[in-house]
Amino acid sequence: MKFQLNGESVEAHPKPGEVLRTVLRDLHQFDVKMGCDAGDCGACTVLLNGNAVHSCLYPAHRLDGAEVTTVAGLGTAEHPHPVQQSFVDAAGYQCGFCTAGLIVTASTLPESADVDTPRLLKNNLCRCTGYRSIHDAICGVSNTEIAPVGDAAGRSVAAPAGMRIATGQEPYTLDFRTTGLLHLAVLGSPHAHARIRSIDTTAAEAIAGVRAVLTHFDSPATLFSTGRHEDRTDDPDDTLVLDAVLRFRGQRVAAIVADSIAIARRARDAIVVEYELIPAVFDPDAARSPGAPLVHPNKGAESRIAAPERNVLAQLHGEMGDVAAALAVADAVVTGTWQTQRINHAALETHSTRGWLDAAGRLVLRTSSQVPFLVRDELCHIFGLAPETVRVFTARVGGGFGGKQELLTEDLVTLAVLKTGKAVQYEFTREDEFTIAPPRHPMRITVTLGALSDGTLTAMHVDELSDTGAYGNHGIGVMFHSVNESISVYRCANKRVDAEAVYTNNLPSGAFRGYGLGQVIFAIESAMDDLARTLDIDPFELRRKNVIVPGDPMITTDAEETSDLLYGSYGLDQCLDLAQSALARPFSTPVPAEPSWAEGTGMALAMIATLPPRGHFADTTVELLASGDYEISVGTADFGSGSTTVHTQLVATRLNTTVDRIKVRQSDTDVTRYDTGAFGSAGVVVAGKALYAAAGKLAGAMLARAAELTAASLPDESLPDASLADAPPGASLPDALAGTPSAPDFDPASTDAGHLVAHGVRRGTRVTTAAELVASGALIADGSHNGTPRSVAFNVHAFRVAVDRATGEVQILQSIQAADAGTVLNPEQLRGQIEGGTAQAIGTALFEELILDGEGRVTTTTFRNYHVPQMADLPVTEVFFAETHDALGPLGAKSMSEAPYNPVAAALANAIRDAIGVRPFELPMSRDRLWRMLAKGTTDV
Amino acid sequence: MDLYELDVIRTAHSRTDLRFAPGEVPLSGGTWLFSEAQPDIRGMVDLTALGWEPITLGETTLGIAGTCTFAELAELTPPELRAAAPGSPFGHRGAVGGRAVGDQVAGGCVTGAGATGESTPSGNSTLGDPSIGRVLSAAIAPEAHPLFWQCATALLGSEKIWRFATVGGNIALSLAAAPMTALGAALDAEALIWTPDGGERRHPVASLVTGNHQNSLAHGEVLRSIEIPLSALTARSGFRRIALSPLGRSGTVVIARVDDSGEAVFTITAGTPRPRQFRFDEVPSARALRNTVLGIDEWFSDPHGAPDWRRAMSALLAEQLRIELGGAA
Repeated sequence: MKFQLNGESVEAHPKPGEVLRTVLRDLHQFDVKMGCDAGDCGACTVLLNGNAVHSCLYPAHRLDGAEVTTVAGLGTAEHPHPVQQSFVDAAGYQCGFCTAGLIVTASTLPESADVDTPRLLKNNLCRCTGYRSIHDAICGVSNTEIAPVGDAAGRSVAAPAGMRIATGQEPYTLDFRTTGLLHLAVLGSPHAHARIRSIDTTAAEAIAGVRAVLTHFDSPATLFSTGRHEDRTDDPDDTLVLDAVLRFRGQRVAAIVADSIAIARRARDAIVVEYELIPAVFDPDAARSPGAPLVHPNKGAESRIAAPERNVLAQLHGEMGDVAAALAVADAVVTGTWQTQRINHAALETHSTRGWLDAAGRLVLRTSSQVPFLVRDELCHIFGLAPETVRVFTARVGGGFGGKQELLTEDLVTLAVLKTGKAVQYEFTREDEFTIAPPRHPMRITVTLGALSDGTLTAMHVDELSDTGAYGNHGIGVMFHSVNESISVYRCANKRVDAEAVYTNNLPSGAFRGYGLGQVIFAIESAMDDLARTLDIDPFELRRKNVIVPGDPMITTDAEETSDLLYGSYGLDQCLDLAQSALARPFSTPVPAEPSWAEGTGMALAMIATLPPRGHFADTTVELLASGDYEISVGTADFGSGSTTVHTQLVATRLNTTVDRIKVRQSDTDVTRYDTGAFGSAGVVVAGKALYAAAGKLAGAMLARAAELTAASLPDESLPDASLADAPPGASLPDALAGTPSAPDFDPASTDAGHLVAHGVRRGTRVTTAAELVASGALIADGSHNGTPRSVAFNVHAFRVAVDRATGEVQILQSIQAADAGTVLNPEQLRGQIEGGTAQAIGTALFEELILDGEGRVTTTTFRNYHVPQMADLPVTEVFFAETHDALGPLGAKSMSEAPYNPVAAALANAIRDAIGVRPFELPMSRDRLWRMLAKGTTDV
Repeated sequence: MDLYELDVIRTAHSRTDLRFAPGEVPLSGGTWLFSEAQPDIRGMVDLTALGWEPITLGETTLGIAGTCTFAELAELTPPELRAAAPGSPFGHRGAVGGRAVGDQVAGGCVTGAGATGESTPSGNSTLGDPSIGRVLSAAIAPEAHPLFWQCATALLGSEKIWRFATVGGNIALSLAAAPMTALGAALDAEALIWTPDGGERRHPVASLVTGNHQNSLAHGEVLRSIEIPLSALTARSGFRRIALSPLGRSGTVVIARVDDSGEAVFTITAGTPRPRQFRFDEVPSARALRNTVLGIDEWFSDPHGAPDWRRAMSALLAEQLRIELGGAA
């Protein structure tokens, strides 16, 4: 059949059952994305005969004669469609994976002023932004600016990839051609706990097009953890690439490598497995009780499991002072038990890896990872490979949020490539994301607080039970982190923590934005709210009275503990003031008039270390190119958090140039020596700091080189006019103009080392161009940072809500977040991080819940059954920044990407409690749950 | 998504093509069929090239073809009556800054037809064939018009889905929350079903659906159309819906109708696995209605709402409609 694709006639021969999206990607139209494959997310939206459609749902047999336009067909970087330009100007994207579909859909919205945008965009999900910036883009609001020479830091410059994203030109993990590519499909365990008694792959292997069937007999014997950290001993060695024992439903039983995914899946059904069932346990409290089935009974001390004999992966039992005694004499005691749920990351790009052997026989993996270096190192460990024989890199990654700090696809692709010698791809389906990708740890948290009548906190007891699922992954780190800053933010003489992370036969839990803090802060800040009520003290005042201030030690329960955590700056006081005054201002949205509606306000705070403990390393380089551009090499993967934008701003500022002159090479083990990775909010404060240092070193080297070159010729009488001197031969007009802002500093009599201008070094009257500087040898400087010492950042969230007592519906009338991020390097991006974190947390608080059936089966396996917030679900959050300057971060900046999530659920719970007089103890605070809370005790239901 | 197990898709051009082999099913819009793996389906017969007129007006009935899309159906409601639908009005293009997005979300409880209080001629219907709009405006009480839009917007899918999803497909899929089941059942529509032997049979939409994802259509049968009696369209009606999120999948949908005869008909879908319908000679008392609704023995349970909440919401929304349609407070 023939159809028109972006104005050109193309031919296709779709197989029965194939959809338009597949046809387009087979034609290398990679701007059309696979987000959900089910018509829920809109990432694959294209125009079909002028109308926006989900190309993943459109049966390809109807295509003959159709006219198809993708985002790349709407416009180009040179001639963008107005909507494409608007998305760039508004910064209406973060990772950008949903952007193509959003722009195509938005291009069809009527011009009229009363367009019902949230309804028309309800099938366009964005997991990053919280939609405010997308709405701005649709309304034509610009949020970005062009920064002058040497003055990029602190300005809202657009992400370097912005126009490429908006025009569909930015490649993601699988957006490139590979000839002879094989596809991998996994046979998942149908049982929650079983041993493979026998496995017969002969029928599967006999199917034409099947290249390999991999089972536990092919697996390396090296135990590892899918969770990745700088120090591999942080995480438990409890996992094999393929294991004969299956500990959760969906765990890999076998992997089929075939010419197409269709063949691989057909062969999957032909594998015959005999299972021996093992008793399973699904409740974490039951799992740690005597007699429970053991998940990892035979693992020794080398696996670093705290107590495998009672399914306990990690534990912390510590006390300072005497909590019982303090509670006994307290004027007020509050206590409660809170339950949080599993949350799916819902990054719109699923986990995926494509691997191959390069001409030199090296293993190359292109993967959707936040941590390419850690993946490389662990693959070398598992497969016994030398680091120089493995290259791991990422293209732009379509969303992370912690979910891609996990080795979920790379190991199987490695095994398959090594086995077949061919290029192999493994792409998670959306269902895989829900059923086997690790969600946020569900936790049960009991908090007891004691205080004097004046509000002085005298006792804190936190008892946490975390379900890590069948494998440890990030379970240890999440548990320890969850009870750290959440507790140490309060000055209290008597503290006790009893925390355990427990194995069950549920799917494994993993790293997620905030790394456990969101769960425990939900409980502690709810309890603090109850304490404020009991003592009749304003909740802001109660916090002011008890939070740590510079000089106070930051203690969980061990006063003797040494730490590299410092007060590089402190803005919690400002955050409390900003949120409180915003909440006190008159607000415009009315409470619904019906008598069943009740209004309430609530707040909560959060502290977070600016990066993970025990080392986080970045080695970077900055090189001057003959063109006058600079090439920076940095390990940080770009998945939309804005780190890369800030990197270009820091370097451009230090080198007195503009961000468009900074060319970025990144997230590739071949490009830089090392980078621990983009997690723990480290992109700015570690890699950014390293780059800033490298840029400083390069500046010095450039001046020295200029001095050498000009020593012979100074003073240069041939260039008497400074403005002419600013224009190197062949320089374009903007280049020449760009150099002028630094002219006021110019002193022709000066014989100092000179200074950097946009295209080289000016020394005296003479400008030595970049080309001249590098003619006698490359100018490249390195910069590193080891991630210590660390600082602390703060967030305070406040809400005003209306709750319908008749239905349980919550309307957010006002949403406020104040953040202490130190120097704000890019206000629009920082705002976007705070809005995005808030949006995810509102999803957690009101809607999202990965539901299991009690026997380890996930029942919410699609977006239509797992409610990621849509535009219609979210308020606009008022964002405020504290004015602080951090002594440790680059130019005084602190990290701010995980942190905004942490206080939100508690603040919302406290506002709901204020409105209805009943305390929510369970997330999500869905309409049916709130209604049931309110209905309890009434006789009529 | 690609349906790997499919061996054949053929396009039907006349009724003689509608003979189904084992494992072969009718394909209409495809918005659900292609949204999930279909391991039991081996073939599909595409109905969309049969050229069925989407909307036909008979002497006593309004016919809606099985292949009529949501978009075509929604056009039956004139624009000025659409403001009452879920999701409107908020987040309008002009509302930048301050509280722009989603803040005025009206929630699941949307205003019904009666509450709009407007009686507007539907001459500005934008149907492809303008004469249909004119004929309808003469034949149908304008108060009934909002139901088409309200039921269309009750679909979880957006307008991108509307363009393909069909009335017949939605009813034949028979999900508890199917809004076309709600529409057809509430208006006493009858399904015209083509049987494999070349004949046809008729069955009320309200009892065609027998449970979530279950109905009484046999293999090889095709839902040709639903026929809505014009008398039902001249009745006063009201619509209420609630979900766990402003535009989420319906937790329960209650539609009430008071006919010229005074008969009051309450229809509940989404909250129950199959449509439940209650007829009263006149608008019932609060107590009678409440007892009737709370007496329903089976409530639906899935991630879109707990059964006890659906039960209570159904009673709440039914009572709101009872008042709206003139019941004593």
